[in-house]
Amino acid sequence: MDAFVLQMLNGLDKGGAYALIALGLTLIFGTLGVVNFAHGALFMLGAFCAVTIQKLLTLSKKVKDESITFFDAYKEIPYLETWFGDTGLVIIDYAVPISLLAAIPIMLIIGLIMERGLIRFFYNRSHAEQILVTFGLAIVLQELVKAIYGANPIPTPAPEVVAGSADLGILFGVPGTIVYPYWRLIYLFFSLAVIGGVFAFLQFTTFGMVVRAGMQDRETVGLLGIHVERRFTIVFGIAAVVAGLAGVMYTPILPPDYHIGMEFLVLSFVVVVVGGMGSLPGAVLAGFLLGILQSFASMNEVKSIIPGIDQIIIYLIAVIVLQVRPRGLLGRKGVMEG
Amino acid sequence: MAAAPTSAFGTSRRSDLIFLVLFAAAVLTAPLWASLIGAGYPDLLQKWAIYGLFAIGFNILFGLTGYLSFGHAAFLGVGSYTAVWSFKLLGMNVLPAVFFAMITAAVFALAIGYISLRRSGIYFSILTLAFAQMSYNLAYSVLTPITNGETGLTVLPSDPRILEQLAGVRDTVSTPTTSLFGLEMTGYPGFYFCAVVLIIGFFVAMKIARSPFGTMLKAIKSNQTRMNYTGFNTRPYTLAAFIISGMYAGLAGALLASTDPLAGAERMQWTASGEVVLMTILGGAGTLLGPVLGAAVIKYFENIFSAFNDQVLMEMFNWLPETLQEAAVAVAGLFVGEGWHLTLGVVFMLIVIFLPGGIMEGIRRVQKLFRRSDGASRTDTASESA
Repeated sequence: MDAFVLQMLNGLDKGGAYALIALGLTLIFGTLGVVNFAHGALFMLGAFCAVTIQKLLTLSKKVKDESITFFDAYKEIPYLETWFGDTGLVIIDYAVPISLLAAIPIMLIIGLIMERGLIRFFYNRSHAEQILVTFGLAIVLQELVKAIYGANPIPTPAPEVVAGSADLGILFGVPGTIVYPYWRLIYLFFSLAVIGGVFAFLQFTTFGMVVRAGMQDRETVGLLGIHVERRFTIVFGIAAVVAGLAGVMYTPILPPDYHIGMEFLVLSFVVVVVGGMGSLPGAVLAGFLLGILQSFASMNEVKSIIPGIDQIIIYLIAVIVLQVRPRGLLGRKGVMEG
Repeated sequence: MAAAPTSAFGTSRRSDLIFLVLFAAAVLTAPLWASLIGAGYPDLLQKWAIYGLFAIGFNILFGLTGYLSFGHAAFLGVGSYTAVWSFKLLGMNVLPAVFFAMITAAVFALAIGYISLRRSGIYFSILTLAFAQMSYNLAYSVLTPITNGETGLTVLPSDPRILEQLAGVRDTVSTPTTSLFGLEMTGYPGFYFCAVVLIIGFFVAMKIARSPFGTMLKAIKSNQTRMNYTGFNTRPYTLAAFIISGMYAGLAGALLASTDPLAGAERMQWTASGEVVLMTILGGAGTLLGPVLGAAVIKYFENIFSAFNDQVLMEMFNWLPETLQEAAVAVAGLFVGEGWHLTLGVVFMLIVIFLPGGIMEGIRRVQKLFRRSDGASRTDTASESA
């Protein structure tokens, strides 16, 4: 039982990341009709927002270390500490949550620039060309990050307060059995909140209504005198923000390196296809589903029955789903038929 | 997106022959003219030939039939592994290795293609990607007894090599080298072997493109629905194209193993699949010569650019004032050496945005420009074949 719950939780937080990226991909595909292979790069850029903020906050001054008297020793003291003392240290400790706030405008701007500068010229070109040009863009972004930050993963720890693990066993009356890091719990709730936010935005605002109408029938909405294209551009920005936030929040779980985006991209595409191209609930459902399945497949009990299943489960599921339900789990009719 | 396959000389049988002879001549004399551009060493020339073959095969699927596979590197990897196993079990001769690699790749392509080709468009791309990733992940984990995991599969002196044992020439002391009936496959002999295979591969691709089968593939690319309505079952054709293209990849993998008997799983990674897409697009998808050109250009610049370092750059820019020199080196340094992939990404984006037909379309446009300035009214081969 406890192992079951633990695997479930493990799958849910990973599934949260998949769901967030897949949600953005589906938003872009559903509105602009563009297959965005650079979406993983947006996730990576988000993660590196956190890295940059952390670096900025810990900019340090070299100070002579008085405690060592044999030779001249220097230690680095962050400016924030010299200026604000303990408050400064607290600020540094909260680098990741601060980056979360900073990432929203940054990712929005990056998304808008990307859409206006490149994507809009590809609305009417074939999907193959869209894939190829965004793939090229992903390579460029990732190599730029590599040139700036190097190729090694950069640890960006979560705040001290949530560094430990929660003993969830207490909830079930069996303390000590289900120990789960706080940050992963936070990630799960965060992804649920963001997903809820995006859905609420689309469902309950006028803007969202227009966007949904545009997804259904772009031409008619245009004929009604609504500038759909501008709204879709903003949707692209929102998708970029969602991917970026997913990236920021993931940094304490996995220290980011320059190709973290590519790894998530491949899986997210599989998630999108399994969920059904163009279906937002499908993307979220498939994200969590595949996350959980992957987590269960990596249990030792399962691996001993089918060796290697943990490595291929997601792809295997994708193949099966596409054979049985050609449009994915919740795919609409008429979207990317072929 | 791309024009129908065409040689630079139209499509008659006679001009095809001339085209093939010119191509063969250019490939076989590569050691001579390549040294002019600083590429005159066998290692790079072998890569040209091998990746040229890989791209030609990929083009049969992508360029002719219009199916974008994102998992073609799997067949390359399978070919490499099979070839190395053939070296280990049978002997160091490359012919059986090539033969078995193509057979294995064909079997894999049949299985993967049978399932993937039930869908088209992006679903097909994702399915092939899924299969390639599965192969890659398995090669790294459970299949380690066959693939030797991260270390990669190599030839050892103690391997059985049955054919050599029977002939009584098995050397159990030194690490054996690959050979073609005693001719060692290193350096220029290795290149010429690859070159001959490339020319054969090119010839076969040309025959396919000109055959009724090739026409059928082109028809599938331009409108599969209409093909279905007219009563054609397109599946056997797409599957055949997929298998042929997989065999080319397997062959390329075997040649990679022949020139350097080592097979690793990284050859199957999806970025490797992306690379062959880049080569084909860069050269010109759907053309015969394009993929070979694209492969050569990418491999050439990969070699040249990765070899650059700050020292070389400093010398290149030493005509600038010192501060400017440093700035220029810093900027250019991003694009060379380790950062050569950045150049690749930028070039690739520019090609897709401005020249979707690749290098071949560029050549055609230039040709057209000259024709026009001649003021000649004769029919234009480019537009006629496009």
